[in-house]
Amino acid sequence: MNWVAIRMLTGDRVKFYGLVFGIAFSTLLISQQLTLFVNLIFRGGVAVEEVATADVWVMDPATRTSDVIYPMPITALDRVRGVPGVDFASPMLRSNATIRTTEGDLEGVTVIGVDDSALIGLPRRMAEGTPDRLMDPDAVFIDDTGARKLFGDAGEAIGTQLELNDRRALVKGIVDSIPTFTAQVTLYTRYSNALAYVPGTRNRLSFVLVRGDGSLDAEALAARITAQTGLKARTSKQFAQDGVDFIVETTGIPINFGITVALGVIVGVAIVGLTLSLFLRDNIKQFGALKAIGVTNRKITAMVTTQSLLVTFIGFGLGLAMATLFIGLGAENSDAFKGFYTLWEIPLITLGLVLAIVGLTSRFAMRSVLNTEPASVFR
Amino acid sequence: MSAAAVEVRGVSRDFTVGDSSIRVLHDITVAIQSGELTYLVGESGSGKTTLISIIAGILYPSAGSVRVFDTPIYDLPDNGLVDFRLANIGFIFQQYNLLPTLTAAENAAIPLIAAGMARGEAVDEAHAMLDRLNIAGQADKFPRQLSGGQQQRVAIARALVHRPRLIVCDEPTAALDAKSGRRVMDLLREVALAADRAVIIVTHDNRIFDLADRILAMEDGRITHDGRDPAVLHQQEPA
Repeated sequence: MNWVAIRMLTGDRVKFYGLVFGIAFSTLLISQQLTLFVNLIFRGGVAVEEVATADVWVMDPATRTSDVIYPMPITALDRVRGVPGVDFASPMLRSNATIRTTEGDLEGVTVIGVDDSALIGLPRRMAEGTPDRLMDPDAVFIDDTGARKLFGDAGEAIGTQLELNDRRALVKGIVDSIPTFTAQVTLYTRYSNALAYVPGTRNRLSFVLVRGDGSLDAEALAARITAQTGLKARTSKQFAQDGVDFIVETTGIPINFGITVALGVIVGVAIVGLTLSLFLRDNIKQFGALKAIGVTNRKITAMVTTQSLLVTFIGFGLGLAMATLFIGLGAENSDAFKGFYTLWEIPLITLGLVLAIVGLTSRFAMRSVLNTEPASVFR
Repeated sequence: MSAAAVEVRGVSRDFTVGDSSIRVLHDITVAIQSGELTYLVGESGSGKTTLISIIAGILYPSAGSVRVFDTPIYDLPDNGLVDFRLANIGFIFQQYNLLPTLTAAENAAIPLIAAGMARGEAVDEAHAMLDRLNIAGQADKFPRQLSGGQQQRVAIARALVHRPRLIVCDEPTAALDAKSGRRVMDLLREVALAADRAVIIVTHDNRIFDLADRILAMEDGRITHDGRDPAVLHQQEPA
């Protein structure tokens, strides 16, 4: 009878398309919003993830994330270097500053000072230029998103002179990196230059980036550093997660996105529930006739379930394709979505929600069919 | 006379309306023979639809018993009764109740598909039945493309395709003109009636009374006439 059920459904095109649209729209809304939410909060950890060379990040115990920093004295670097199991330890400075462009505009930037000699702390990919150009006098690298923001065409950024804390900075390369949560323009320079570019305070060292010698795993090494130095040490994975957790805990983003996802579910329940109810009510006489002829309630339930599953998978497929296309096109063409992708968990979560929507609505809508007396066809 | 196809003994049926209970059938006892075309006639509200629903196994009686081909149908479990209907009873509804999105042949094949026959085989059987009813040429059309008479024939094909032994019809000619109505009745007699099969028709339509083998007239939930009395036939008026 499933074939009959499918023919009943697809033959009523208006309601069939209505159901597919309702589910597709809900899927689009839920999966797109979940994807945006997850990718956005992941940006809280992106500054850490971009640095491939560090196993452990060491910081003052008051520091919470890569953006919420309490600087340490430079002596902390030597204390970390003295911990057994540390292969190398490099200083990193992260601070905010204001630049003046050649047009005279002011722009807030994040300045990152990386190790003077090994350049540890640079993101892993360069969009323009090579890392060694950072050795040039007054050299800075700019992130590609920031370059487009400041100069329109990123290519024009190379060779441009900026003014940072009354000092000259020359753009010598463009880093290919994913913007951080704050999406501020980021400038990379050597640690010694960075000390001059940002206004001075007594303590300047933001982080010590550590690579282990292989004798310990990262977590054990971090624990040893904490035990021996009194500083906070987090593995790269932990520290990236700290950044994500900070955004979740301190911003209203999860609530806002949660509301939109809930709206997607409500809209889905409303459209799908209404259309499915109308479809079943329009066919109530036919279902009554089938019951009189000798189709059991179990088979009727199987028929309605088949109809629900058919529209679910078509609608879900369409909605997911639209959401993936939206995210894919956005990631390729807009800096706001750079690096965004659809995590494999999101389609599963969305499918679960959509199945819940359809299951709930079809269960309610089916009651009228199951309660129909076969004798009603003679009235 | 053939063996009784349907035996109704002491059947009553009450309906609850608000706080009160209304008895619409009063202690009905009647036997319907195989090989007969039996009409159940009466004014609206006389109880004929309730009685045929009980005979067809789709409405439980408040009291009494019903045997269809020797099976006490209301002693069967719920699913057993549904299966019994599927195997033994064919239904023809006043409004046809064809599925609008299935072709005539597919509609006619539904009882076979419901019984588990493969779709292709069931549709082939339905084609053969439509051929017997002289509408093989309309087999691939949808109900909306058919006239009322043609839809009624499809409904008849659906009622007969699985070779049930009891056919129940609810006002099969009500929506048809006189000529089409008689043609449908001739077809029913020709195709549906057999020595081992009974046909019961609920009707108001006195234009076709002369085609009955037996008429049961009902009034106020009781059978008031059983036979083929012309006087009764002419007393019945269309609703």
